[in-house]
Amino acid sequence: MEDLQLPAINYGALSPMLILFGAACLGILLEAFLPRGRRNAIQLTVALVALVAALVAVILGRNTRVVTIGGAVAIDGPTLFLQGSILLLGVVSLLLIGERAVENGGAFVSQAALTVGSEKDLRQAGSAPGNTEVYPLTMFSLGGMLLFVAANDLLTMFIALEVLSLPLYLLCALARRRRLLSQEAALKYFLLGSYASAFFLFGVALIYGFAGAVDLASIHAAVADPVRNEVLLFGGLALVAIGLLFKTAAAPFHVWTPDVYQGAPTPITALMAACTKVAAFGALLRILYVAFDGVRWDFQPVLGAIAVLTMLTGAILAVTQTDMKRLLAYSSIANAGYLLVGVLALNKEGLSSTMFYLVAYGFSVLAAFGIVSLVRDADGEATHLSRWAGLGRRNPLYAGAFSFIMLAFAGIPLTSGFTSKFAVFGAAIEGGQTWLVIVGVITSMVLAFPYLRVIVMMWLSEPGESTPTVSIPGFLTSAALVIGVIVTLALGVVPAPLLDLTNDAAQFVR
Amino acid sequence: MVGVTDFPFLSILTLFPLVGAAVVAFIPKTRGQLAKAIALGWSLAVLALSIVMWIAFEARGDRFQFRESYQWIPTWDARFTFAADGIALVMLMLIAILVPVVILASWNDIDETQRSVPVYFALLLALECTMIGVFAAADVFLFYVFFEVMLVPMYFIIGSYGGARRQYAAVKFFLYSLVGGLFMLAAVIGLWVVGGNTFDWQKLSDVSAAFDTGTARWLFLGFFIAFAVKAPFFPFHTWLPDAGVAAPAPAAALLVGVLDKVGTFGILRYCLSLFPEASRWFAPAALILGVIGIIYAALLAVGQHDLKRLVSYTSIAHFGFIGIGIFAFTTQAGTGAVLYMVNHGLATGLLFLVVGMFVARRGSALVSDFGGAGKLVPVLAGVLFFAGLASLALPGTAPFVSEFLVLIGTFTVHKVYAVIATVGIILAAAYVLWMVQRTTQGTLNPMLVAVPAMHKDISLREKVVVAPLIVLLLVLGFYPKPVTDVINPAVEATMQDVGTTDPAPTAVANGKVAP
Repeated sequence: MEDLQLPAINYGALSPMLILFGAACLGILLEAFLPRGRRNAIQLTVALVALVAALVAVILGRNTRVVTIGGAVAIDGPTLFLQGSILLLGVVSLLLIGERAVENGGAFVSQAALTVGSEKDLRQAGSAPGNTEVYPLTMFSLGGMLLFVAANDLLTMFIALEVLSLPLYLLCALARRRRLLSQEAALKYFLLGSYASAFFLFGVALIYGFAGAVDLASIHAAVADPVRNEVLLFGGLALVAIGLLFKTAAAPFHVWTPDVYQGAPTPITALMAACTKVAAFGALLRILYVAFDGVRWDFQPVLGAIAVLTMLTGAILAVTQTDMKRLLAYSSIANAGYLLVGVLALNKEGLSSTMFYLVAYGFSVLAAFGIVSLVRDADGEATHLSRWAGLGRRNPLYAGAFSFIMLAFAGIPLTSGFTSKFAVFGAAIEGGQTWLVIVGVITSMVLAFPYLRVIVMMWLSEPGESTPTVSIPGFLTSAALVIGVIVTLALGVVPAPLLDLTNDAAQFVR
Repeated sequence: MVGVTDFPFLSILTLFPLVGAAVVAFIPKTRGQLAKAIALGWSLAVLALSIVMWIAFEARGDRFQFRESYQWIPTWDARFTFAADGIALVMLMLIAILVPVVILASWNDIDETQRSVPVYFALLLALECTMIGVFAAADVFLFYVFFEVMLVPMYFIIGSYGGARRQYAAVKFFLYSLVGGLFMLAAVIGLWVVGGNTFDWQKLSDVSAAFDTGTARWLFLGFFIAFAVKAPFFPFHTWLPDAGVAAPAPAAALLVGVLDKVGTFGILRYCLSLFPEASRWFAPAALILGVIGIIYAALLAVGQHDLKRLVSYTSIAHFGFIGIGIFAFTTQAGTGAVLYMVNHGLATGLLFLVVGMFVARRGSALVSDFGGAGKLVPVLAGVLFFAGLASLALPGTAPFVSEFLVLIGTFTVHKVYAVIATVGIILAAAYVLWMVQRTTQGTLNPMLVAVPAMHKDISLREKVVVAPLIVLLLVLGFYPKPVTDVINPAVEATMQDVGTTDPAPTAVANGKVAP
């Protein structure tokens, strides 16, 4: 054991992840030692400070291009950009998670394990203070996402996948209202997520069998070798891709999405729609662009078919939805399809436009779910579409903001939704994937209908008896909404700075 | 060129109404009168600036004048580039004239207890901004942005301030246009890729000859569908009657008067100039669509019971004329088509406004609810008659000149289409005269007498609304030269882009119709 070589570790490059994991551990200790009444404020502060500190670390290390800890982690342009995006979106999600003014104790119950409907459970739904373990859980999850986009070998990627997923399973079960739905969502997400992880792991095993290594550079070399075992290669790639496509909510691996988005506490749904999407696509981009670009002609048609299926499924099923959160879930599935179109461009523009899309979509979807969390009646959030009728008359400000986000999702110019779609479609045509763009355009037409219907509901219908009120949000949700709407507008009107940034960042290290 | 043409007319014209919209939108609901006054003053200021620009435009100068270009998205080489040729200039002038008229016409249309008055006028000004932008843009990306954003204010005007079935009409209008727009989006991206990664119209037009034939045809189709929905040409027209009926009458005047012209303008500027070969290849199909549109829409107009729906169908028939004028590819027909765009804006705009005045008094748009109205409101009935005559292109009114130019310009190259289109004129006489006769002539409908508002003839405000349009229709009917002088060089340049040569030109160069 004398000559065991410890790999060199570049702590500076790893610091964003270390900060988040440290803050998560600190959060657990605080949970144990602080009196209940003071936990929320302190936990929220710790989490926010950690996110900002990690963001600063990312910005300070913006010129880092290294592969460290024995090739397990690659810090390069895409990693840093995606980490920065996850952290920024994480800050905004945390603002939503930390909101305690809209509902007494926040959107979370303190004891998720209580039998639903029991006396204790009803009591805690009514008044009990909220759960503050959500903060360390969120920190672990975000830390896992940072590692997920940086992972340079498949095992590290698997560990990151588990680290980001397990806290999310828990968080899904914590909704204060509609406990059964929430628990069902958590169980469904956990079971299907476990299958996906198993697929991923089995794929890793096959690829190890194929390449004799799990790091992406060796896989790349093995793929380039003319004498190769195609069964192991394509079997492994397919299984790994299934694991990742599950997380990105691409069809046919999307079935969990509507149920989980609907059942989970709305701030957690927002976190999943924004941050998890970035992380999952970050990992997918790295695997396809770094390890398997040698077989691009083989996987492009298959993933292209999946992209088409995803866009069609998301768009067509979105039309039939009557629940706002499910509608946004299907919209999120369709957006996963558009992102796949960008990924499949398989050129530098594809990489940069996908990253741009992730940021633009993330902020818009955070604002959308932020507003969903405010439209409430006595039973909590009023998510049925018909309940939103006439909202514009009662609360023009929030209805206006939501309409704007809907127009952005529909891809109307001067919103980030337009510039980002334009970017991915442009990249795809340059990459020779015109057929994907045509499907993308057609599904955009279909998708415009449900978005428009929401606007019609809010503005052109008369308010009825059952039109819920909009809660006056606390400072945190207001801040999240303002950030989301402003970024959506800014990226639509002056996208140049972020486009330049993504262009500069669009270079993987191998 | 130094001097007045360096003044950034177009960017100021585009942004100024937007500022006005923001100002008006923030006026409290209770101060409706103030909002109206500011909106009117603002639109008059736009008109004043447009008149200065008209004077500064040199008809014999460069094709594109007042060019401005500012950096926007360098990654895609998308720029804020504005420039106006003669075609764009006359359309800008039409917008500048129609918007104040429409604002004045809408003065009492909004029920303050139901809907916010300031928001309506803010939406009108926002619409003016996007309409000016779409005609002033000389960058394909910028054009697309205005083209799509234009939908949003109109959607809310129809949806929030319209009549019965306004939700249905607003959504239909939005979806139709958006679907067309998305086809264009795909074509815009494709154009960017094949055109050397730029959106600049001038650069694209310089390299357009080198486009692969098949690709260019697909791109042409993408643009053409968007414009054909917008215009609207048969068979993409079904949204217009619904929107025309549901929209408040003044807004409907803007919708058919200006918004729809974006379609025909887009065909001239983008389809013809950027894809000349494809334009020639598709021309027979477009001509057939135009001729079908003329006859089909005119027949439907004859059978309508609703005044606003009737006017909408007449509008579709007129767009058929504009369509054959464009795709005949002669300077004469092209000039006629552009002149038609202006005159149709004035004539149909006037018709919609007058119909709106009748509908506001009667509370119904059904032809059968009127009858003998001329005995109660003789002056208003006279204006309706005049608007109708202008709309059917009676000699002496401006539309006659343009319709005549289109028909002779088409006749020189496509005799059959021109002859069939002439049938449309007869049908136009039928639907206009029947409409006027059933509403204002004949025995007085006793139901009409019971409506107190029907006893009030045209008010001073309404006179001010219709007067400028009537004057323009008459003046341009006798002396169209100022407009044709501006249009002609731009149309000639467009026809050169298409690469067609005129068959032995007949004399229209000085704006007079050949004897």
